[in-house]
Amino acid sequence: MQQTETGLEPESVASPVESVARDEAIIQVDDLNKWFGDFHVLKSLNLDVRKGERIVICGPSGSGKSTFIRCINHLEAHQRGRITVDGVELNEDVKNIEAIRREVGMVFQHFNLFPHLSVLENCLLAPIWVRKTPRNEAIETGMHYLERVRIPDQAHKYPGQLSGGQQQRVAIARALCMQPKIMLFDEPTSALDPEMIKEVLDVMVELAGSGMTMLCVTHEMGFAKTVADRVIFMDGGEIVETAAPGDFFTNPQQPRTREFLEQILQH
Amino acid sequence: MTTDPRPLRPGRPKPWNDPRVRSVVFQILAIAGVAWVGYTLFHNTVSNMESRGISTGFGFLNETAGFGIIMSLIPYNETMSYGQTFLVGLMNTLLVSGLGILLATIVGFVVGIARLSSNWLVAKVALAYIEVFRNIPLLLQIFFWYFAVLGALPGPRQAVNVGDIAFMSNRGIVLPKPVFEPGAWVMGTGLVIALATIVVLAIWARRRQAATGRIFPVLPIAVVLIPGLPLLGYLLTGGPVSWDVPSLGGFNFRGGITAIPELGALLLALTLYTASFIAEIVRSGIVSVDKGQTEAALALGLPARRVLRLVVIPQALRVIIPPLTSQYLNLTKNSSLAVAIGYPDLVNVFMGTTLNQTGQAVEIVAMTMAVYLTISLAISVLMNLYNRAVALKER
Amino acid sequence: MATHQPLPDQPPPISQRGWLRWLREHLFSTWYNSVLTVVIGYWLISTFVPLINWAFIQAVFTGDGADACNPDGACWVFVEQRLGFFIYGFYPAEFRWRPNLVFALFALSVVPQFLPLPTTIRKWLAIFGITGLPLAAYFLIAGGHFGLESVPTSRWGGLMLTLILAYVGILAALPIGILLALGRRSEMPVIRGICVVFIEFWRAVPLITILFMASVMLPLFLPDGVTFDKLLRALVGITLFQSAYMAEVVRGGLQAIPRGQYEAAEALGLGYWRRMQLIILPQALKIVIPGIANTVISLFKDTTLVLIIGLFDLLGAVKSTLSDPAWSNVMAEGYLFVAFCFWVFCFGMSRYSHRLEKQLETGHRN
Repeated sequence: MQQTETGLEPESVASPVESVARDEAIIQVDDLNKWFGDFHVLKSLNLDVRKGERIVICGPSGSGKSTFIRCINHLEAHQRGRITVDGVELNEDVKNIEAIRREVGMVFQHFNLFPHLSVLENCLLAPIWVRKTPRNEAIETGMHYLERVRIPDQAHKYPGQLSGGQQQRVAIARALCMQPKIMLFDEPTSALDPEMIKEVLDVMVELAGSGMTMLCVTHEMGFAKTVADRVIFMDGGEIVETAAPGDFFTNPQQPRTREFLEQILQH
Repeated sequence: MTTDPRPLRPGRPKPWNDPRVRSVVFQILAIAGVAWVGYTLFHNTVSNMESRGISTGFGFLNETAGFGIIMSLIPYNETMSYGQTFLVGLMNTLLVSGLGILLATIVGFVVGIARLSSNWLVAKVALAYIEVFRNIPLLLQIFFWYFAVLGALPGPRQAVNVGDIAFMSNRGIVLPKPVFEPGAWVMGTGLVIALATIVVLAIWARRRQAATGRIFPVLPIAVVLIPGLPLLGYLLTGGPVSWDVPSLGGFNFRGGITAIPELGALLLALTLYTASFIAEIVRSGIVSVDKGQTEAALALGLPARRVLRLVVIPQALRVIIPPLTSQYLNLTKNSSLAVAIGYPDLVNVFMGTTLNQTGQAVEIVAMTMAVYLTISLAISVLMNLYNRAVALKER
Repeated sequence: MATHQPLPDQPPPISQRGWLRWLREHLFSTWYNSVLTVVIGYWLISTFVPLINWAFIQAVFTGDGADACNPDGACWVFVEQRLGFFIYGFYPAEFRWRPNLVFALFALSVVPQFLPLPTTIRKWLAIFGITGLPLAAYFLIAGGHFGLESVPTSRWGGLMLTLILAYVGILAALPIGILLALGRRSEMPVIRGICVVFIEFWRAVPLITILFMASVMLPLFLPDGVTFDKLLRALVGITLFQSAYMAEVVRGGLQAIPRGQYEAAEALGLGYWRRMQLIILPQALKIVIPGIANTVISLFKDTTLVLIIGLFDLLGAVKSTLSDPAWSNVMAEGYLFVAFCFWVFCFGMSRYSHRLEKQLETGHRN
């Protein structure tokens, strides 16, 4: 993209990928602002995500990227702005929130599997109590997704008996069992030993190939290069730069982005 | 160079440096010490009892007691045996412990949850309750309720009148007593039918959910049915229950059920004291469930109350139940403070009056302690089984 | 493309700011929270305003007797008039300087522990507190040596007796508890068995039955002619009872020490007692400070039970005064006074243990 000399570009950084037509967007975020006490964590975020789009969000710690995706399924409440997911606006209405959460799966940094339930039961809980699926059908779906994450043989073990990588794959299967339209990943590999990161990323790459809408907060730049449609760089609670991965890594526009990439790609 | 023909074996240490020899000697000494102490105590006791002319054995249990007891759950009068006084005391201990455990659990859970309330005022009031009641000796609390509160109530003639049906005076609390007339069995049957229906319904609802996925609201139906069916029976049979309402006659009340002030004070003190500990246990149990668990469950779309029932409570209970049972045991043991205000529990009746009258110290102390030991050991066994059943499976 | 300029921080919306936010979040976040706040606020005001009025504003603090009191206010005259009895029991008035001296020595060894003094001074004062102080206290309070007139234990009482029971009980229960805990984790089955039976027995029965046993059965256990002081019997009962609880607390700490620490200590070539003393116990005791504090607090509260076997501790002294017809209407004041005394001690100890726990938190949780 050419640098324009006029400087009259709108402040909201124009996406190199053509702007998404509003009606196509499955997630619309307008002027999202959030405060923790008096601390302004998210500042006027704007983002539209198309159906099937894969977005990677990166940035230094404390930049608000986790808070941002936690706002999308309302694990965090926002104070100003508008989030619309799959046509439903997120407000304080409990029914709306539950409806959105049914369609949005989430994978956490620390897995958060339910330790008192077996792997399979972890996968059955929500389909049975939220989707009201008959048990046998739920077991079928559960086993199907456990196969997709390649651990059907562990179905009757408990989370405490699995390795970190296996637990995270169960967590992905658990979210998929709800057959969500969107998946949020909150640093899914940060708590893993290096040799386990690949098995989780492989599952995520495969999922991306299936056409799932994905928002990933991650520092796995290799994953971003191969999978992402757009990479978003956040700093200080703002979106600093949005670019296709090719441009993002080879030709970052913002000095702050360059600095971050230098630090993270040094090794 | 000559080779040592002996096979290579670690050299034997000197016996007094050999840890195995040391350990065996030490243990033999310990057994000898315990045996010597036991023998001395036994010998002294036997010779002391001989010289005081106390006969040994449990024959005294069949002798006539000859003293009255102010409250008894089983038939009792002066002409009955010392053995019966043991049972009266035991029943009274079990009564006050059972009621105390029930009430302390309710109060403790309410306060423990209030402690975590998002409402600042509620949380602070709960905290103040906990810090006040757990830091004041139980015996003092018993005295306070017995002497300063219940004892300060007016006499029966000026009793505090609660809507003409219940009265509070320094003689205790008098409540109306239900009198069941012929036909009352219909109500009982109603209750049994309601309970049976709920059980059947629960099983059916579970099977149906497994088969079709539809959730059946058993709890609201139970809430309606369990009081509803007996009430229906009551109305259909034209009210076969009448109330024996207490009335003032002479210097005391006639009719109704009287809860003696000793029971009231002991129960109140045991409940409030133990509840302050239970509240802390409940609070820390709930806090021990990682926040990520709630978040993960919410993110799956589960409504808040299902998150509580399916994810938080099962995990919190594992942490809560073991210390909770030890509080139940403490409450049971603490109920023996009844002796300080004269509630006729096991220690007061049996280890007190019966022991004073018979002088059979060894037998009576042994029987009393055996009761508490049995309760404790039984609970410990149950607790170990429970812990083994719920232990989280780890690598 | 323009270089990105960070947006300035903005203050949160007005409803999310300052005391307004605090009120909204903490008292009126939902309609039911608002209702709760109002109901509880009303209840607090309607209960505590009259209570404070009674206890302080209308109360009479000094005077000559019950007649000086105001029927609408608390009669603290009672406490003022009988304070000597509440503190010393029947201890002869002319010898009260002796317990006073002990109190002063006690303060001398305890108060500096909370002051920023050099560690060596604090250490020596603490050592004095657990060795010299009990001895000095015994000779001073009991008398009978060094020209001090003997005062029998039957005349000891009040707060003095409560503190003696608690202090001696704690000093004895902690080491016995540690030994029992080590015994329970011993590799010798006989020792382990003896300790398990001992601990579980005392934990299973109520303290009151132990005190009864000490008063009715001890005379039977002992050879003819040997008698035991009543106070000593109570002390033995309380100590044995609480040492069993202490043992379980300490055992929890011993179990929490990782295997590697035991192995490392052994690899250093230290003997059993050295290993325990230098490596294992300092760590184990540190972990279980809250548990030890709880045991100490419950021992302190349990000292009140001695009144059932006829000793006049603080509660016993107040209770016996309340049966005096001259003070028949001050029941509530009497018990509230004792409750306040105990509460200050117990709450103080629990706060202190919290602070200690934080201070010693060196963050090596394995």
